[in-house]
Amino acid sequence: MYDAGPMTGPAPAAAAVPAQTAPLIHARGLTKRFGAFTAVDSVDFDVAAGEAFGFLGPNGAGKTSTMRMIGCVSPVTEGTLRVLGLDPAIAAATIKAHLGVVPQQDSLDMELTVRENLVIYGRYFDLSRREARRRADELLDFVQLLDRADSRVEPLSGGMKRRLTIARSLINEPRVLLLDEPTTGLDPQARHLLWDRLYRLKQRGVTLVLTTHYMDEAEQLCDRLVVMDKARIVAEGSPRELIERYSTREVAEMRFPPGVQETLDGQLDGLALRIEHLPDRILLYSDDGEATLVAAHGRGLRPETVLVRRSTLEDVFLRLTGRSLVE
Amino acid sequence: MTATARVLEFNARVYRRTWRGGLVTTFLSPVLFLASMGFGLGRFVDSTGTVGDALGGVPYAAWLAPGLLAASAMQTGGFAATYTIMGRIRWDRIYHGMLATPVTIRGIVFGELGWIGVRLAIASGAFLLVMAAFGLVRSPLGVLALPAAMLTGLAFCGPILAFTATQENDQGFNAIFRFGLTPLFLFSGTFFPIEQLPEAIRWIAWLTPLWHGVVLTRSFTLGVVDPALAVVNVLVLCAFVAAGTAVALRTFRRALVR
Repeated sequence: MYDAGPMTGPAPAAAAVPAQTAPLIHARGLTKRFGAFTAVDSVDFDVAAGEAFGFLGPNGAGKTSTMRMIGCVSPVTEGTLRVLGLDPAIAAATIKAHLGVVPQQDSLDMELTVRENLVIYGRYFDLSRREARRRADELLDFVQLLDRADSRVEPLSGGMKRRLTIARSLINEPRVLLLDEPTTGLDPQARHLLWDRLYRLKQRGVTLVLTTHYMDEAEQLCDRLVVMDKARIVAEGSPRELIERYSTREVAEMRFPPGVQETLDGQLDGLALRIEHLPDRILLYSDDGEATLVAAHGRGLRPETVLVRRSTLEDVFLRLTGRSLVE
Repeated sequence: MTATARVLEFNARVYRRTWRGGLVTTFLSPVLFLASMGFGLGRFVDSTGTVGDALGGVPYAAWLAPGLLAASAMQTGGFAATYTIMGRIRWDRIYHGMLATPVTIRGIVFGELGWIGVRLAIASGAFLLVMAAFGLVRSPLGVLALPAAMLTGLAFCGPILAFTATQENDQGFNAIFRFGLTPLFLFSGTFFPIEQLPEAIRWIAWLTPLWHGVVLTRSFTLGVVDPALAVVNVLVLCAFVAAGTAVALRTFRRALVR
């Protein structure tokens, strides 16, 4: 059902979340502590069937800890967590049978071939050897690795290993796919290929839950996301909603020669709705970036370079936390 | 149960790709040991004509060989619980992958122990065959030396598995081999009866698994079994396997589920 050809699987779920169905994942006051350190601090969220849901935040925000609790490999310290309506503390094996997991670090077996990695993984889910092999070939086709089926894993590129990990996570035809930073460390081409495959999965009704610190990834893939910072959720919504709520339509970026930026005190006042001073540039938030630049020019400001762009989730994050996503 | 079977199957798949490398050494190492120590050293020992009684009147080679069989099972079982397992916990994160599926910690620990049992059966079986070829199995009871050697290997494997899961890196393994297995190898009645040793050191032999494995294995290949002692030997070895496994279940959980 995951082949790249004509779709035969169930019809894709509507993009809008049907309010009457119970959420696939439900968390209230979900907390994870390691000794005195609180990795996840009382977060609430719901993920509906067919949705692509994201956790966006910098490293250390608590995204991975949350994912591991959902994946039933990290006990909940406090609060409520239900996955597929079940409690991970008592029904881990049942939940896991319906989850696909793409961990942050690949955990492929380097001594086995590409195909064997999938087949043995299917065996963990109690598939017959025959069925595991059938699905393995289908999935290798889906992630465009069929021609490497009998190759060992070790010489594969990072992007190929990642695709293999995704294929592996689909061997049990999961209802929910958990992806922890699926494209971190990949080159742009590999990322786009991966996004394309994930988009196809979403089209086929697989619920995607992913963490990322790339705002473009979140914008590309997520119907809805929560922004996490320092173990807490600081905002929730669709990428567009978040941008509308927390940022302006456009951003004018000005970069000054070294040393100049610090001398601009007061000269920028009133130019934009909001102004952010980053170490290397100034961001002017307004609904018309060009007009803002013209006004700045009129005040005699002469930046070295300028750029007008649309607001992104990066701007949302900056607004909410005062820091950049990727340091 | 299923989870254990799956972990065994995983190991069998890996083994299918890697067994060729180990096959020659599996047979060659007992041949070399028995040839040099059994017959080289043995002829020398036997020619002195004074130690026959201490060994129960058998040639030194026949007395030594089962000791080496048990000691090599210790090495095999102990070693199998170190680098490979550490790699699967920390380096390749194989177990993290397994735990994302219905495979459980129990399945992992029992599966790995079971597989090391299979490995021990292969290695000890090969050793026993070489012994038989050299005429060093003096009783039909010698077939029981195979399970005895396997049990000896597992008595080391269990506790070392438990230890491995507590380690951040492989530096602790050297200490195990240098201060654990090597002294036991030398002082557990492999090369000479422990009655030659001061009592304090004999206690070390009595309280650790290798001496029990050596004595048990030897009683079978020589066909001289003291039933009471054999029962004690089996119980002590089983206790080490059980305790090691129980602790391993805890340390694996701590390492993998947090």
